[in-house]
Amino acid sequence: MVSQRRDAAIVGIHEYPKRKAPGVTPLQIKAECAAKALDDAGLKWSDVDGLYDAQDGAGMAGLGLAEYFGLKPNVIDTTAVGGSSYEFHASHAKRDIAAGKCKVALLTYGSTAHSDSRRIGSMGGGMGAGAASPLSNMTDPWGMTLIANYAMVAQRHMYQYGTTSEQLARISVATRAHAMRNPEAVQAMTDLEFVGINEITVQDVLNSRMIADPLHLLECCMVSDGGGAVVIASPEVARDCKKKPVWIIGSGEATKYSENGGDLTVSAAAQSGPRAWAEADVRPDEIDIAMIYDSFTITVMIMLEDLGFCKKGDGGAFVSEQRLRWDSPLKPALNTDGGGLSSNHPGMRGLFLLLEATRQLRGESTSQRADARLAVAHGNGGMLATSHTGGTIILARD
Amino acid sequence: MDRPQPRFPEPDTQPFWDATKEHKLTYQVDRDTGDVVFFPRAHNPKNGSRNLEWRESKGEGTIYSYSVVRLNRHPAFAPLGPYAVAYVDLDEGFRILTNIVGVADPTSDITIGQRVKVQWEDQTTGISLPMFTPA
Repeated sequence: MVSQRRDAAIVGIHEYPKRKAPGVTPLQIKAECAAKALDDAGLKWSDVDGLYDAQDGAGMAGLGLAEYFGLKPNVIDTTAVGGSSYEFHASHAKRDIAAGKCKVALLTYGSTAHSDSRRIGSMGGGMGAGAASPLSNMTDPWGMTLIANYAMVAQRHMYQYGTTSEQLARISVATRAHAMRNPEAVQAMTDLEFVGINEITVQDVLNSRMIADPLHLLECCMVSDGGGAVVIASPEVARDCKKKPVWIIGSGEATKYSENGGDLTVSAAAQSGPRAWAEADVRPDEIDIAMIYDSFTITVMIMLEDLGFCKKGDGGAFVSEQRLRWDSPLKPALNTDGGGLSSNHPGMRGLFLLLEATRQLRGESTSQRADARLAVAHGNGGMLATSHTGGTIILARD
Repeated sequence: MDRPQPRFPEPDTQPFWDATKEHKLTYQVDRDTGDVVFFPRAHNPKNGSRNLEWRESKGEGTIYSYSVVRLNRHPAFAPLGPYAVAYVDLDEGFRILTNIVGVADPTSDITIGQRVKVQWEDQTTGISLPMFTPA
């Protein structure tokens, strides 16, 4: 029986439409998206009394953002755990609203990673920036790029379970099909000068150049500009909002890191997932929409397994069935906006997982799954083969 | 251009890097429980104990996983051509991030489970980087 608890709901969303936005700052993106998400909810700027920020703007995170926005919130949460920060924020907002600490929580994200020419995936070895740490001192000298970090997970998954590049490629194929139905994703691929803005085949993925064995170019997310905002409100506020509420009915948070003798093919989702399922009283096979952080194909496969959509090691067979597409009779549909692979990845994609899950449960997606009722958003932050976070949010409509 | 180097002061990892100057690969052990601690720290992450001692590894182990980097825009690595990063499980029970060197073609000559031994690459800063080559 799906949980009927109604502590907090997503009532307003906005995704910054551009993926190439020269001359705009992350703070401007955050403020513009905040205003449009509040308008989507039918709420006012001054209704916001909770501010959630992953420290992605200029200045001193929560303080600087409150001043820039012109808000005096009762709750400030600046949890910054990489790309999954927004799943953590949604979990915290639900907790804070249920405790009566705030009524209208605002989550914002803004990034100009593309225009800043940040080589997020392919600049390995650190640049000697920031304070030295034990971890940086033990990792910087070997030239491990972010892409190679995830590739080591893929390599180990292939070794332990016989997973193939053909199977991983199916994740890229399904999400590209969704991207081609999303005008903003098509514009994104155009603006970022993708070669071949069309649906792709498994063979196209395998023919794309190897970036870090065994990951090919078309298994890696884009580096875009972008941002967005989510408004989360109490049941009393949600009742009077413009759109139907999308309820947060379960959440889980976890960390994982490389350990002596540890299993690289298991992610933090194996800890955050069960807590979220239990709170929501939902089983993975009931989920219509899976918004899973697709920094790389392997990220999705690992997390589908860890969230319990299939057994550990069976991800290759699971994604090989035609279940990931929006129009498949099988559950779940995956990343129906086109994902980080083909629509939007400015560095921390977690917020977009909440946006598209909400669109699906409202019936507003460009690849709408008929009668979608339950969705999971699972964000991954940090680096999968070293230290990372997992944030799981389960969403339901009435 | 040098590779990125460990930076100091950083007291947790200083003894490890000092030992590399004599081509010694070292790790920590909890004197009470025998737990192996790595990366280096002032405490045992399993129980918080600070009763640790340093030991020297024989430098022999097994490749746990690896990837061959084809694209690194960092100026120290950009000219290398494809090179292998790897996790190696040392026989003493610790896992180290490293490079696999001394193979003709890293894209075809490296496998998970392969036995390897340490090989040192001295740096202009005085420390030496432990890398691994097929045993």
